[in-house]
Amino acid sequence: MSGVMKRMGLIFRAKANKALDRAEDPRETLDYSYQKQLELLQKVRRGVADVATSRKRLELQLTELQRKSTTYEDQGRKALALGREDLAREALSRRAALQQQVSDLEVQHTQLQGEEEKLTVASQRLQAKVDAFRTKKETIKATYTAAQAQTQIGEAFSGISEEMGDVGLAVQRAEDKTEQLRARAGALDELLASGALDDPSGLAKDDIQAELDRLSGGSDVELELQKMKAELAGGSPQQAIEGGKPGQTSQSQPQDTPRFDKQ
Amino acid sequence: MIVRIMGEGQVELDNARFTELNTLDDQLLAAIQAGDEEGFRRTLDALLDAVRRLGEPLPDDSLEPSELILPSPDATLEEVRAMLRDDGLIPG
Repeated sequence: MSGVMKRMGLIFRAKANKALDRAEDPRETLDYSYQKQLELLQKVRRGVADVATSRKRLELQLTELQRKSTTYEDQGRKALALGREDLAREALSRRAALQQQVSDLEVQHTQLQGEEEKLTVASQRLQAKVDAFRTKKETIKATYTAAQAQTQIGEAFSGISEEMGDVGLAVQRAEDKTEQLRARAGALDELLASGALDDPSGLAKDDIQAELDRLSGGSDVELELQKMKAELAGGSPQQAIEGGKPGQTSQSQPQDTPRFDKQ
Repeated sequence: MIVRIMGEGQVELDNARFTELNTLDDQLLAAIQAGDEEGFRRTLDALLDAVRRLGEPLPDDSLEPSELILPSPDATLEEVRAMLRDDGLIPG
């Protein structure tokens, strides 16, 4: 039994010969094959465009997931500053789950880029071969005699058929991968739309954010103010929020009022 | 002799180089028949590396049929198995 290389070579050649044997006039086969080549070129170009579209969609989703991940990180910080370690842990857990999604998408993005590059190169190579085939075809037709036809047509036809088989398979594989990713991207869009992940508009509020808003009186300004007070006093934001100062027991202090020395 | 690496194009190799390639080729077929995914991947990578190292790429506008054809580097064992069936994956 011969090895893989030889057997695959034989299979390709057998396919080309079968197509050639079906032709009554080899010149018709040349024209028909040329039409098929042009169709395949179109298909490859569409394949490149499809892969590029899917890649861009993945990039948008990656950006959105990264944005959401940053939001959870900020919420975690804010929750800690407010002394709510439970909320912070929840925010960071969600961020970790998102990061897993991001990692998966990044792998797929790399794969898609690879498919795109391969198809682009295949498209250029096929274009060069199709051009060469057109020249050869016209030469054969112009100088056609039955005797020389079989040899000349056979070689050119086998060469281009093999290339078409190879490129056709590459396009098929790229289409399959793109289809799988589309399905996944669609599922992610649904997640975003359902609010399971924040919507891109940022209008929807998740439960962590709602709780943080409630804790900080709904105002980031308030939280910033507390943090600044704590920094100025050299204490922790939490102490500042609770109205305490380092080394000071929490006693009610009279409000500072302007005092004027009466003369 | 002309060899095609699917998805990459064709290279021309000196016939004297085929002893080394045939050994790897036999190992590749054995791995496919045994369903040995790891052996298949390792042998295919070695075979492709050898062909790239020893071969001279053909210009894009050549129209030569290949004597030997190798699967693409990312082909799976199942894909190659399907290709080896006469009416497998190969269009045409």
